[in-house]
Amino acid sequence: MKPVKLIKVNAIKNGTVIDHIPAGKVLKVVDLVNLTGENSVMIGMNLTSAKLGRKDIIKIENRVLSADEVNVIAMLAPEASLIIIKDFAVVSKQQLTIPREIDGLIVCPNPKCITNIEGIKSRFTLSSEDKKIVRCAYCEKKYEIDDVEMIV
Amino acid sequence: MKNLISMRDLSKDEILHLMDIAGEIEKGNIVPDMQRKLAALLFFEPSTRTMFSFDTAMKRMNGNTVIMSGTKNTSAQKGESFADTLLTIAQYADIIIMRSPIEGSSRYAAEVVDIPVVNAGDGANQHPTQALLDLYSIVKTQGTLENLTIGLAGDLRFGRTVHSLAQAMALFGAKFKFFSPSFLQMPSYIKDDLAEKNIQFEECPELDGNLDDLDILYVTRVQRERFADPEEYEKARGSYILRKSMLDGVKDNLRVMHPLPRVDEIHTDVDVTQYAYYFQQAKNGVYTRQAIISILMGEV
Repeated sequence: MKPVKLIKVNAIKNGTVIDHIPAGKVLKVVDLVNLTGENSVMIGMNLTSAKLGRKDIIKIENRVLSADEVNVIAMLAPEASLIIIKDFAVVSKQQLTIPREIDGLIVCPNPKCITNIEGIKSRFTLSSEDKKIVRCAYCEKKYEIDDVEMIV
Repeated sequence: MKNLISMRDLSKDEILHLMDIAGEIEKGNIVPDMQRKLAALLFFEPSTRTMFSFDTAMKRMNGNTVIMSGTKNTSAQKGESFADTLLTIAQYADIIIMRSPIEGSSRYAAEVVDIPVVNAGDGANQHPTQALLDLYSIVKTQGTLENLTIGLAGDLRFGRTVHSLAQAMALFGAKFKFFSPSFLQMPSYIKDDLAEKNIQFEECPELDGNLDDLDILYVTRVQRERFADPEEYEKARGSYILRKSMLDGVKDNLRVMHPLPRVDEIHTDVDVTQYAYYFQQAKNGVYTRQAIISILMGEV
């Protein structure tokens, strides 16, 4: 008898799948990416994964994410992959990478930074990809991505 | 170079070019002419010494200055945005030289206006003209910036001057000795930067007996307000006061530098030695700032 492959999260016809989100991070992703509206969203948590051991996944029907949304997800979960689905088939799959220049997506944690005092758009550069460290282009302070507040 | 905002923006070649120009200005081989040029000195926090140095630099080149010091009675106090203040001043002046407690304010100013901006200190972040005048003083006294042994003493934790200097000298393969009370040690992010560049550094418990191999000893003030316990302050500062007697056996070329103002971290008995260099250092600040302004205004 053919082994039955159980799909724990339903397949979608068209839309975006964010796969290989490290387990436990999906709610943070959901929090930052605007998922309200007409589209169906499926979330899988703590699924078994050959690559990560355990993983989270999001499937969003009939929606392609904006570049900013993809960049935010890349910062939260650079291990994740972004899959675009058309007619139940994978049309593209890309490994996320943290952008070198991060415009307007991070709140600088430094209260003395001009971006907080004058309310101007923040700008960060990726200082270390391995250590996930970014540097504010204005006050020049360095922060770990996991410690900063993000905005979309 | 259109603006001078951060030492991190400068390449080694740009630093060396600036040192050359400052040297030529000091020797009188280059005489920049700033006649009919106006520098706006915007000092949103007071700093008499830095302001005077820039004012002197501009006037030594026959230029003029308009000065705003503090924020009292200014439009900023009336609620005008920082961008509007800058855009208005840029209509009057040819260059903006600004100091502010707000970190990143000079970078932002340079994005807002289309005249050159010089950062004369932005909070705890950068003070590139101080770093450059320090480098000029070092090259002038040592003949080179390469492979020197530099001692940094005092408040290494909060002192932006020593941070900029350490980072700048790292470009030239310096070796460092750090002298500071334990809780005012060089922050780990600077030490990590140095380690990444394979720069050698060691932390020394006290000045006395550790000065023999130094080419430069850069002393900064240990501020009383950093200490919760006044007794701790009295105990700590004693180990970091430089006295003439500690200079027996140091290298002839050693020069003692200090960004000033000094309180008592360098005893006045050092002033008469051949090693004292802090007042000449302040004078070098004028040549360095003349060079910076001239380069940014396209005059040299």
